Amino acid sequence: MLGNEGKSELTKSPPILRVHDVTKDFGGVRAVDRCSLTVMRGTITGLIGPNGAGKTTLFNLVAGALAPTGGEIFFDGRQISGLRPHQTFARGLMRTFQIPRELRRMTVLENLMLVPARQSGERLWATWLTPWKVAREEHRIQAQALEVLELVNLAHLVNELAGNLSGGQKKLLELARTLMAKPKMVLLDEPGAGINRTLLRDLSANIVRASVERDVTFFIIEHDMRFVMTMCDPVIVMANGSVIAEGPPPEVQRDPEVLEAYLGGRPDGPA
Amino acid sequence: MDLSGILDYLVGFAIMAMIYAIFALGLNVHWGFTGLFNIGIAGFFALGAYTAALLTSPPPDPEQFEDFIFGGNLAQHGLLNFGIDLWFVVGIAAAAAVCGIVALIIGTITLRLNDDYLSIATLGIAESVRFFFLNEKWAANGSKGLYRIPKFMGDLVAPENYDYLYLVVVLIVLALLFAAVQRAVRSPWGRVLRAIREDETATAAAGKNIFHFKLQAFVFGSMVMGIGGALFAHHVRFLSPLTFDPLLATFVIWAMLMVGGSGNNVGAVLGAFVVWGVWAGTQFLPGVFADPSFRLCMIGVLIVAIMLLRPGGLVGEWRRMVVRTTAPPATRDPTGFD
Repeated sequence: MLGNEGKSELTKSPPILRVHDVTKDFGGVRAVDRCSLTVMRGTITGLIGPNGAGKTTLFNLVAGALAPTGGEIFFDGRQISGLRPHQTFARGLMRTFQIPRELRRMTVLENLMLVPARQSGERLWATWLTPWKVAREEHRIQAQALEVLELVNLAHLVNELAGNLSGGQKKLLELARTLMAKPKMVLLDEPGAGINRTLLRDLSANIVRASVERDVTFFIIEHDMRFVMTMCDPVIVMANGSVIAEGPPPEVQRDPEVLEAYLGGRPDGPA
Repeated sequence: MDLSGILDYLVGFAIMAMIYAIFALGLNVHWGFTGLFNIGIAGFFALGAYTAALLTSPPPDPEQFEDFIFGGNLAQHGLLNFGIDLWFVVGIAAAAAVCGIVALIIGTITLRLNDDYLSIATLGIAESVRFFFLNEKWAANGSKGLYRIPKFMGDLVAPENYDYLYLVVVLIVLALLFAAVQRAVRSPWGRVLRAIREDETATAAAGKNIFHFKLQAFVFGSMVMGIGGALFAHHVRFLSPLTFDPLLATFVIWAMLMVGGSGNNVGAVLGAFVVWGVWAGTQFLPGVFADPSFRLCMIGVLIVAIMLLRPGGLVGEWRRMVVRTTAPPATRDPTGFD
């Protein structure tokens, strides 16, 4: 396994996310089947696999949008399986969505300012009794949001309604929201889907920057192989609900099981 | 009609429109900002009105009313009469509290579930409250209705001028509630509510406890409605279960919010005046056109016209703009963001 740059073999980063034997059934369909995997702290880990492999379901289980049928999930050393989304968020886990879920009738800025946790102005009493405190905090959060917007090149759209953004801009907005949260780990569900090359380059740069500067671990589902192979290390491959391969990108690309999962049969097997 | 007659009429009109504006503000908290589909406003309307009325009315004469035994008669308790009728304030606070408690119970049960359950529950509670007061004669004299509801500071001015005083009272309460709601929805608290309205899943992923915020919004909006009900009771000073039929106590308030502009408190107040204007104004039409059913039709026509011409309502939701603190780029990036 490739270690992180600047770290010796002895201080290899500990795992931040450990999925152990997790299963999820939808009626008779087993979407995730005794899946076990580990994501190391500080890495940009890729998750690939054919359609229907259970990648997004696994994200939903980790983030708490779904409760697993069986198995355990540990994040940052603590059990998180069965927690609800706002609880996994509080532990430092933030996710984005495959199809962007922007808050349509709110401005780009408001989409970001929503995210920071424990805002005193989120308590109804505080809005009436200590408005000055709320205003001061709003000022600070707004400055932070503007900074993040500069970072992802959306600053010129600060007052635009999020619903009016293009598909690619919405993807950037999703990433920007995760940067507002100061998370320990971000789950990105197909950040590159449906956006052009220029924007994808911006996106990749932002992910790398956040990873290095803000010490965020990324776990990314992506179908764009060029993106995965240049950005991610290691890469985990899922098929039929469980992990079939894991390792540095070049190794994974040569793995016969991976080829079978993607092509539907061994190159030397019967057609 | 002479000039003072017209003025009296306008004052009465303004009082009613402002009371309805309070309900529209409450509904705006529910629907306009949070997306909670409350179709049982009449329930909170009735609870607020009866609570305030029963606490302040004198108990009935047992010779005349065998069934009807209630009546708090707070007005007669010297303790709270500091010359400014504090009991009236207590009645309003109690109306808000009762509505808040009922909303807390309904909300706790239904707000974790699919949106539809809240609608059904509110519709059910509205009818239950109405039938309770209709059938339980001991509580509020059943269908014969509750009267002798006292005036607030009624001794202060001559009876024929009382409406002018009450206009000021309602105006003050409306202004206070408007400020409270406006402050709340323009704060981070309101931002979470609007986010929930737009997309619950995304809001939960941003770390917000959806259930808690929905419950707070539902209770707060219902308390506002309770205050509206209390002001109504002291204005009309006669309550019967028939007052709280879904048409004039739920539908009309929805019409006000839709016409004025859902998600905008100014719109809620404006809509109350416009719709109540149509409702009250059409009674002067000749012949069959002054029929209540025709007048309701006119409100329907107004809604359709607004939906076609200005779907967001007369004023619509305002975008919250900020002054850009950094210099804008000269042009949009030409590499094709779109």
